Amino acid sequence: MRPVTPLLCTSNPLRMIQYIIVFNRQGKVRLNRWFNAQSDKQKATTTREAVTMILTRKKTMATILEYHQYKLIFRRYASLYFAMAVDWTDNELNVLEIIHRYVQALDDYFGTVCELDVIYNFDKAYWILDEMIIGGELQETSRKAIISE
Amino acid sequence: MNIDKISQQLLSKLPIYRLKDLIKAIRACKTAADERAVIQKESAAIRTSFREENNEARHANVAKLLYIHMLGYPAHFGQMECLKLVASPRFADKRLGYLGIMLLLDENQEVLTLVTNSLKNDMNHSNMYIVGLALCTLGNISSPEMARDLCAEVEKLLGSSNTYIRKKAALCAVRIIRRVPDLQENFISKAKSLINDRNHGVLITGITLITEMCLQNADTLVLFRKAVPVLVRHLKNLVTAGFSPEHDVTGVTDPFLQVKILRLLRFLGHDDAEATEAMNDVLAQVATNTESSKNVGNSILYETVLTIMDIPSESGLRVLAINILGKFLSNRDNNIRTGGLGQGRCAWGNVICEGPEFWQCRKTRTVSFDGGFLVQGPHQRYFARKTQHAYSTLYRHPPLHFEPRHSYVALETLNKTVTIDTQAVQRHRNIILDCLRDGDISIRRRALELSFALINEQNVRVLTRELLAFLEIADAEFKQGMTTKICLAADRFAPNKRWHIDTVLRVLKLAGNYVREEILAGFIRLVAQTSELHQYTVQKLYAALKADISQESLVLAGVWVIGEYGDVLIKGGSFEEEELVKEVTEGDVLSLFDSVLQGPYANQVTREYVITALMKLSSRFTDYQATAQIKVMLQGHVASHEVEIQQRAVEYTNLFQYDGIRPAVLERMPVPEGRVREVGGAGEGADQGRCRVWGLICGLVGLGEIGGMWGDAVCVDLSIAGVGVLVVGWLFCLCVEGRVFLVCILLMDLLWFAALACSIRPEPFRYLETGTERSRCLLMDLMGVGTASGNVPAPSSLPAVKPASTSHQKQDSMDFLVDIFGGGGGGAAAASAPAPTTTSQSSSGAGLFDLLGGSEPSPTPAAGLNSLASLSSALPSTPPLQQQQRRTSQPVSQAQPVSQAQQGSYEAYNRNGLRIRLTPSREIANPNVTSIAVAFHNDGSAGAGAVLELLFQAAVPKTQKLQMMPASSNRVEVGGVERQVMRVANPNQTPLKLRLRVSYVLANTGAKIDDIAEFGGFPEGSF
Repeated sequence: MRPVTPLLCTSNPLRMIQYIIVFNRQGKVRLNRWFNAQSDKQKATTTREAVTMILTRKKTMATILEYHQYKLIFRRYASLYFAMAVDWTDNELNVLEIIHRYVQALDDYFGTVCELDVIYNFDKAYWILDEMIIGGELQETSRKAIISE
Repeated sequence: MNIDKISQQLLSKLPIYRLKDLIKAIRACKTAADERAVIQKESAAIRTSFREENNEARHANVAKLLYIHMLGYPAHFGQMECLKLVASPRFADKRLGYLGIMLLLDENQEVLTLVTNSLKNDMNHSNMYIVGLALCTLGNISSPEMARDLCAEVEKLLGSSNTYIRKKAALCAVRIIRRVPDLQENFISKAKSLINDRNHGVLITGITLITEMCLQNADTLVLFRKAVPVLVRHLKNLVTAGFSPEHDVTGVTDPFLQVKILRLLRFLGHDDAEATEAMNDVLAQVATNTESSKNVGNSILYETVLTIMDIPSESGLRVLAINILGKFLSNRDNNIRTGGLGQGRCAWGNVICEGPEFWQCRKTRTVSFDGGFLVQGPHQRYFARKTQHAYSTLYRHPPLHFEPRHSYVALETLNKTVTIDTQAVQRHRNIILDCLRDGDISIRRRALELSFALINEQNVRVLTRELLAFLEIADAEFKQGMTTKICLAADRFAPNKRWHIDTVLRVLKLAGNYVREEILAGFIRLVAQTSELHQYTVQKLYAALKADISQESLVLAGVWVIGEYGDVLIKGGSFEEEELVKEVTEGDVLSLFDSVLQGPYANQVTREYVITALMKLSSRFTDYQATAQIKVMLQGHVASHEVEIQQRAVEYTNLFQYDGIRPAVLERMPVPEGRVREVGGAGEGADQGRCRVWGLICGLVGLGEIGGMWGDAVCVDLSIAGVGVLVVGWLFCLCVEGRVFLVCILLMDLLWFAALACSIRPEPFRYLETGTERSRCLLMDLMGVGTASGNVPAPSSLPAVKPASTSHQKQDSMDFLVDIFGGGGGGAAAASAPAPTTTSQSSSGAGLFDLLGGSEPSPTPAAGLNSLASLSSALPSTPPLQQQQRRTSQPVSQAQPVSQAQQGSYEAYNRNGLRIRLTPSREIANPNVTSIAVAFHNDGSAGAGAVLELLFQAAVPKTQKLQMMPASSNRVEVGGVERQVMRVANPNQTPLKLRLRVSYVLANTGAKIDDIAEFGGFPEGSF
């Protein structure tokens, strides 16, 4: 019988997406969603800091940042950055895939999505996000299902 | 005026009606101020519209408001409107209303309770999309109260036949049990049925729900172990399934679901052999069958590795897992070696995205849109270019070829697993070490942690070499931690002493400014303990110091060791430096010390070390010239503005008068026993200003003695009585001098000192009690303390001191006490106030007692325990200090001896026989103010006679402020000296710089001179 080993990730069993921020290269926020209650002031500070950190990353650097108690994982699509903050123990590579899946869904919906689509149809972008992620957890992985609904 | 203009003006006054128009208007703004204005105007319009209960415009207004909110402007006034929209029967209104609620509200706001009812109604709606909206809102912002209220509805919807509703209800259930864990039981039976679902959406949400339950409750975990076979079957199906367009991500079927299943399996299999048994096969299948060339595959592999490491899996599987991590680290490397180019691997930063189906339709838009989207063609070209670049730079920057995010996750996981399976991780050591040079700081940090975890007896040489190489280029923020860890590792695993010394020495050389005191203390302990390597070490340190005196810790260690073992260095005669044999003479060592003292890197601590080391060398070196040089060097610091240094210099200078005891006093420090302390809490800086290493070692010796002394009650009583008498005597002295206001402060200090003195060194009082008979014995005691070894007999010194002490015995004991106090007071005054003047120059015989009284010259206990310093402070006390202070406080009124005036003064002007010298000093009351004593000498060398109508003016940079005191006279006779004081307030601590203007008339010729001189400032640390 092996000795009992602690789980590698017992410290924080929550493994959800904490918040999502979509912003452009100038740092203008295009979409944001918070899955845990925070005051407006906190949100503003977090957004500002996260955006600055991400925008100053060089291309060769990893797209995973350690930021406060979360990991910030981002991906850049043209001028838009999609960033998600996840719990420390979450699977970073999988989060990158989730981001990509969301962008694919946007692409399917808008045809060929660009920043302007997201700007003028931010409500639709939100609805697509809601079809995919609820309360920081993935809901639907099928692109077709996301779009049809 | 044309019509266009008029219409534009009109339009700008009208409110904006559509969301699109608002966005356009905002985007058209050139400046942030414009944008604010537009938004303020629009917010006001929306507010008015809300107040008017305008139902038609509500939808558009809320949409606009949400956009405004997203840009970071206040929009809370729209909360109620969202509720109204939700209550509307129209789907579009409801949808926007719920979106607004999700964005504008959170679970902490009271308004949310009003939403509960609408949610309840909508959950029972016949339209599944409306039910979905309500569930989505609940899942995103549910508060504990809402969770309780709506639990029953969610439970009911979990059993719905509609997958769209089922999956949303499952996530609502997750949110509910996160907020109210007690409600878990309600969902268990429904959750069981969810994992048999065939719809991926329902399956993934169901697994999320079960994972959440298992983490919350161990009983549930046991319950769901039964589900392992089902989960394994699902996973197997996913791995072996053919292409399914709906869930395919670049050739992998639903990686998200795979990751979720793997994660749940991890919790279920943790510490359970049976469950593990069931999943071993499928884990091996996933680990081997998943393609690792893309991010998707790697995300699954990563999760698999975590699962394998967390469950009691087979050893073969574990090796497989570690190898996967190793592959992560090197995957780019392999790719380059095989020349695998153009495969579309996204390895160069994450700008490039894989997935051909996503990019195929993109070609037309590539350039128009920011030039950023990369299509398949350019994508490959870009990639090829990057790879060529990599070829060319491969040899210069080998680590460039790592996939950053893979490195990151792999390093992190290895960090977690290293405690479990060190051997397997060891194999990837080289790659990990390469990651130390990665461009990304997060990767460097992880790699560094890991490398320290990997050190053991076998690889300590190799790894330390690598780490030392990295230390040279490491970021400053890593350095302190690294030096500590390297030294600790060397301490733990050192194969031999010589290697250990070499390693620490190298650390000191490379990052001497980032070494913690404990490490330095440890090094000195190590050197002292390895007597066989003294010659080697001292030569090495000497060579290192000759090469570089900019690393503080290296200087401290070097100076200490050379001071201690200077004789060994000279006896060795020569040392090898890069194959060259060089001679070391006593003069060389002294000139090295001199360069340290004068050098730009010297600070107070190094100067203290050097002074003490010089003194030690005076007994190590036999050459008369060297001793003379040491005396000169010490003399140079007798008037130092740093009290501690001044004190040491004066005391040591005086020690030269006692050649009988000097060699014994300056004996080598005893070899410390064992380890004093390895690593304490960070940042003890409280007792700076003394050589703390000594303090620590001597402190131990001293403490042992206190223990012995405390037992003697009579002695303690006496000492307290003695303190009382001392205080009275001291008070008297001060009152006579008319400095009553200082007495209070001094008293506090003195009482403290006295208490300390009697607690730590009761010897003088014991001596009082027992009289001359014990003097011999006491002397032995003292020598014991002085040499800190207790058994150095020092016979030669005995006769020299004994007469002095016995003659003193005949004096009035009161006198003697005052003397003691005087010695102590000198130190106290120096530390506390600028104007104390005790005349403690007692008769020459009082030396020993002065010493005892002055044995606590500084208020830090650690410093007080420094036996060498305290013993030497016994010698006749500190007149230069008082002189110096008198000079700074009243420089005009008192003529100074020339030698004093020359000390630390700088010539600013010398023409026509008039010399102007500046003597800077920092004001003790306000260190920002420098007071500069100006001395006008007229040496008459120009034959011009007296200088008349002297007018001296000065200007300082704008950051400083200047105050001129009146000069003592505007006439300087030949051979005379006149004085003036200026005070420079320098809050920014910028370098002092003066522009001087001097005008005077020469008496003999009557010529009027008007000169301007620049004074470039005083050398660093000169005052």
